[in-house]
Amino acid sequence: MKNIIAVAGVVIKELYRRKDFYVLFIVTILICLVMASVNIFHDDKIVRYLKELCLLLVWISSLVIAVTTTARQIPAERENRTLLPLLAKPLTRTQLVLGKFLGCWVACGLTLLCFYLFFGLLAGTREHMWPVLNYFQAIMLHWFMLGIVVALTLLGSLVFAAPSSNSTICFVIIGGILLVGRHLDHVALTLPEPTRAISQAIYFAIPHLEFFDTRDLIVHNWPLIHWEFWGLAIVYALAYIGAFLTGACLVFRRKAVN
Amino acid sequence: MKSSRTYLLLVVAFLVLSFGLAADLQPQFRELRWSRADGDVFAVLLGDSRKLFANEFYTKADAYYHSGFYPTIFDNNTAFKTAHMAEDTGAVHSNNHGEEESFMGPPIDWLEKFGRNFFPDRHTHLDEGGPADDLSGSDNVREILPWLKLSTDLDPQNVQNYTVTAYWLRQRMHKTDEAYQVLLEGLHANPGSCDILFELGRLYAESYHDTNRAENVWAAAARNWKPIKGDDDTAAANNFIYEKIATQLGEAERTADHRQSAIDWFEKAQSVSRTPAALQAQIDDLKRKLAGAAESAPPPGLKSQ
Repeated sequence: MKNIIAVAGVVIKELYRRKDFYVLFIVTILICLVMASVNIFHDDKIVRYLKELCLLLVWISSLVIAVTTTARQIPAERENRTLLPLLAKPLTRTQLVLGKFLGCWVACGLTLLCFYLFFGLLAGTREHMWPVLNYFQAIMLHWFMLGIVVALTLLGSLVFAAPSSNSTICFVIIGGILLVGRHLDHVALTLPEPTRAISQAIYFAIPHLEFFDTRDLIVHNWPLIHWEFWGLAIVYALAYIGAFLTGACLVFRRKAVN
Repeated sequence: MKSSRTYLLLVVAFLVLSFGLAADLQPQFRELRWSRADGDVFAVLLGDSRKLFANEFYTKADAYYHSGFYPTIFDNNTAFKTAHMAEDTGAVHSNNHGEEESFMGPPIDWLEKFGRNFFPDRHTHLDEGGPADDLSGSDNVREILPWLKLSTDLDPQNVQNYTVTAYWLRQRMHKTDEAYQVLLEGLHANPGSCDILFELGRLYAESYHDTNRAENVWAAAARNWKPIKGDDDTAAANNFIYEKIATQLGEAERTADHRQSAIDWFEKAQSVSRTPAALQAQIDDLKRKLAGAAESAPPPGLKSQ
């Protein structure tokens, strides 16, 4: 565990040395502040459009940070020829993969904390209400969703040749799941066999990232999600994280280091 | 080697030349029919495709009216063909049918059933309190306004943007002056639109309590109305607004005790109505009263004696 935490610490340090997060955070703040300054029929209580825009930017930024940070971790070690010396130390390949995952996931969590703090302040100053529990549920679901994304990208970085191709493929998969994942079962019903069976198999196999997208509930001030379902969603995310990490460890074990 | 002063002078000369050319050509370009330099940013950036975006934002406003509980392209949207935020103004013909509560149908597997816990799953309207079911929060309907404004900017010819915006501004937010301004803007972009004139008449009658002006505006709306030939829904929507205008005028005339004129307006409304029976009852009632008044009045000859 000590080794895993040490590797994770290096990844977190790398994130705050890079400019990606700062740029995305400042762009999000600027866009939201400009939109907040728009006068709509002299009514300063109108806020939901602003919440939606802010959450959209938070989601895009967090996905960009998660995928791009994770995709370059192991390829960069190989390219810089630091992978072999790293593994020469008392560090197993599994520990390296787990350390990289933990570092990227915690780094994503820290960025989420900053983004949601800004979102909470923006919404709170307009709405004069602080639904802390709703925000807690949303941020945790978002963070666990990013856990799945990080684990998937880590697996991709061991399968695909370059970080760019891995990032592109991951973005396409994530975008596809978020946009149509929820409806795939209904679409499958309209298809002839064997496409129907294949679509249904895909529907049950993919990680349903849209479960973790509770933006509509936050934007429109819906009540809390039942805690039992919220907990089940976290377990669902952990299962996929476990599956992708196991896959990554297996692939990395058989992979040539240089 | 040339001195840097020469280069500086050259730069200044080119700048003066470009400024002069711009000042000379710009007015000429502005007058050209195909010019895009009319100051409309959306028109320059998007061209005619901005109407597509405008429709999207109009739908987005209706999704906000339902606090996010809204059908996607994969769902059955027959109960959402006409935006509910427009339907609830009472000035728009509804093409909706089917069950608005259950457009998603029952979940077909456990995964879908589980997933429904993470997005809005209940039909509510913002003007009725939204998800909190709190009627005191009915002014939350303000949240639809940014999208309607954006839709109006993108497609100034869509009259429903103006009428819906104005209705909610005055009904729930009590911003009558802003509603009035929106309708004037709408009339500027769509001169003589009977939908906008009808809403303007309602504003005069219900918010300013100026019935004379309201009647004049409705009369102008009735004059501007023309029957159209198109598909059933378009013709029905066009007839519906005339029915509303004529009915309002009929009621105004009845209040003023001008029974014959009221009957005329109700008959005009009846000629385009899909539910003529309700209007017929009002016409019969007025005719009865008119006949009763004629019987009780003394003959003109007797009166003169």
